[in-house]
Amino acid sequence: MNADVIVIGAGIVGSACAKTLAQRGMNVLVLDSQRGGATAAGMGHLVAMDDNPAELALSRYSIELWQQWAPQLAADCAYRNCGTLWLAANQEELQAAEHKGETLRAQGVTCQLLDAEGLRQTEPMLRRDLSGALKVNGDSIVYAPNAACWMLTQGGTRIRQRCEQVSAVEGNRVRLADGSWLQAKLVIMANGIHASELCPELPIRPKKGHILITDRYPGRIQHQLVELGYAASAHVTSGTTVAFNAQPRPTGQILLGSSRQFDSLSPEVEGAVLARMLQRALDYLPELGQLNAIRSWTGFRAATPDGLPLIGAHPQQPGLWLAVGHEGLGVTTAPGTAQLLAEQLLGEPSAIDPAPYRPERFLHTHELKEQHR
Amino acid sequence: MTRDFDLLIIGAGPAGMAAALAAAPSGARIAIIDDNPAPGGQIWRDGVQAQLPAAAQRYRAALAAASNVQLFAATRVVAIAGPQQLLLEDDNSAWNVRYSTLILCTGARELLLPFPGWTLPGVTGAGGLQALVKGGVPLTGERLVIAGSGPLLLASAASARKAGAQIQRIAEQASLAALSAFTLQLARWPGKLLQATQLLDSHYRSDSFVVAALGSEKLEAVRLSQSGKIIEIPCERLACGFGLIANTQLGQALGCRVADQAIAVDDWQACSRTDHYAAGECTGFGGSELALVEGAIAGHAAVGEQHQARALWPQRARWQAFARQLNRRFALNPQLKQLAEADTLVCRCEDVPYSALAERSSWVDAKLHSRCGMGPCQGRICGAACEYLFDWQTPTPRVPLTPTRIDSLLQLAEAQVHG
Repeated sequence: MNADVIVIGAGIVGSACAKTLAQRGMNVLVLDSQRGGATAAGMGHLVAMDDNPAELALSRYSIELWQQWAPQLAADCAYRNCGTLWLAANQEELQAAEHKGETLRAQGVTCQLLDAEGLRQTEPMLRRDLSGALKVNGDSIVYAPNAACWMLTQGGTRIRQRCEQVSAVEGNRVRLADGSWLQAKLVIMANGIHASELCPELPIRPKKGHILITDRYPGRIQHQLVELGYAASAHVTSGTTVAFNAQPRPTGQILLGSSRQFDSLSPEVEGAVLARMLQRALDYLPELGQLNAIRSWTGFRAATPDGLPLIGAHPQQPGLWLAVGHEGLGVTTAPGTAQLLAEQLLGEPSAIDPAPYRPERFLHTHELKEQHR
Repeated sequence: MTRDFDLLIIGAGPAGMAAALAAAPSGARIAIIDDNPAPGGQIWRDGVQAQLPAAAQRYRAALAAASNVQLFAATRVVAIAGPQQLLLEDDNSAWNVRYSTLILCTGARELLLPFPGWTLPGVTGAGGLQALVKGGVPLTGERLVIAGSGPLLLASAASARKAGAQIQRIAEQASLAALSAFTLQLARWPGKLLQATQLLDSHYRSDSFVVAALGSEKLEAVRLSQSGKIIEIPCERLACGFGLIANTQLGQALGCRVADQAIAVDDWQACSRTDHYAAGECTGFGGSELALVEGAIAGHAAVGEQHQARALWPQRARWQAFARQLNRRFALNPQLKQLAEADTLVCRCEDVPYSALAERSSWVDAKLHSRCGMGPCQGRICGAACEYLFDWQTPTPRVPLTPTRIDSLLQLAEAQVHG
């Protein structure tokens, strides 16, 4: 045995799993190939998403955990409780905002509706003819690469890290690139988009995204600004969509998203997609046009067919557990994912219903038997 | 808006001007773009106090007279917009340019190495100081120390003295043996020997390098290691010239092969990508004479004049030999990698100290966790320093290649994936 638990992937989800299990007394070995994944590329927006009850349950619960961790987070994690403004461009969207507010409040998420004038006062850089916004107070931002590092330091000597590329997984053992095998009581796969290289049966598709950051313009915006159409854009399952999403970085820079593409596997920044995304941003923040952009990059989200992550035992491989497929919500839901996984591993009662995230919804136990016959 | 040209030249320094003038008689439609307000590059930089040498004036006049060459000054390449198409930005607008053939003459920038105090006001690069002088900044009565390596130190000292500076010391890190060997070889290039004699200065010392810049709010003195002994010299200005690094970013982004930190070219100055050429400092440090002849070869080759291009090969070989001498004799002492202390800033844009980088495994790792290179200079300064200090490779640059107005990037709406 090389450890109690081997975690594949030191992104935000793998690091959260390592922290949570180490704090319950397990010895954890974290393997990472340093190829970089969604943690390094994403915006780090901790957001309560309510497209379906399971998404809201996991994101709400995770944000609570983030709030508990916040006082201890290292300064370079750049955690800020800036809140989210869901922007309504017209009366119809304002009704949608109202409805969203009811849904969130029903789950204990604090939020309030801003009318057009209230929104103008709160964020004067926004286009002036917006109808209002839903302000979600508990949402925050974090610099995810450093938050992942911080989590790994929270396990003390119980967490060891190695830079290794895993080339195969069989239940509770993993083969490294050099052909050697490591074994533990259990293996947790938390390597996001790279998971299907090791388990091709996982229903995970890469969804490419573009991001751009400006030079420093302190104080121009105060909240994470997202158009209400974002959720609709986020859940499209083909082609390319863009939605306005802007974040005030603690440095005074403005981080701009978002795009979603199913048809591209190249990490290259695509000018046409970038331009579409920026045009959308200008629709909401007209003065952005004169600000300087300094960098853009892309990343791939690990998308599942129903938009929910796979959290739980791999039904066909005893000893292998999954914490993958978080799409654009991995940073938000990493703490909840780790908690759900730990509770299942240890047979503890769950804080939220784990059923909607179980891998069994895509991977049936009996199919394996059929195949192996 | 999209403009079309047969030949597009990026950079209007000596190499770019020579390339344009060599290609102009062919009648090709030629554009030459440069991010400075006037052609000339760094060495022939114009300004209120600039005294352009005769050669520079001749090239500028010839360029202005060539009716098929259009110069776009104060214009930057911000993105690759298609297979043979670039997005350009100037102070007012952004536009696309399509080309059949491209010559990269993107020059070089100064290698700025971190040492304690290097970010104090009063400390600049040696080339930076020259730019200040040409721009009209008076140095009257200011005490100046120049440190680093190579002939640029003497040239900077000469122009600073003309601007009124009092030279306190010129600290050359190369050994006396290396300098003597270099001087003995100089007879092969009589013009250079003459230049060296004219620039000779009694404050010049070999085996000397900067250890720290001292001062609280601004520079007050410089601490030098001089033949193994530590000395301190009071001064108001310190100019450091540790050498030049080729500007390879655009070449890299276009998919041209880079070797030994420079754009790789063949005998025709052709890059690894068809219809793309490169000349001058971006293909390796060599000085303006080499840049001029390389530019001319590239210009001829780009319009299919192989014969004229080949005729210039011997001249190029002569200046390549000179460049080899320079690179060999002024190779940097590895001690210069040890100057930075734990709290010495390496990335000035993002205030990242040396200690935050030393523990990192690669440039990407360092960037992700320390923000090194994430500021507006996009790692042009600290990336080069890290390449030297830690042997890290910096990745292929992405759009925007330089800070760019978001309005300008909207023009990429029609962009095709480069490939």
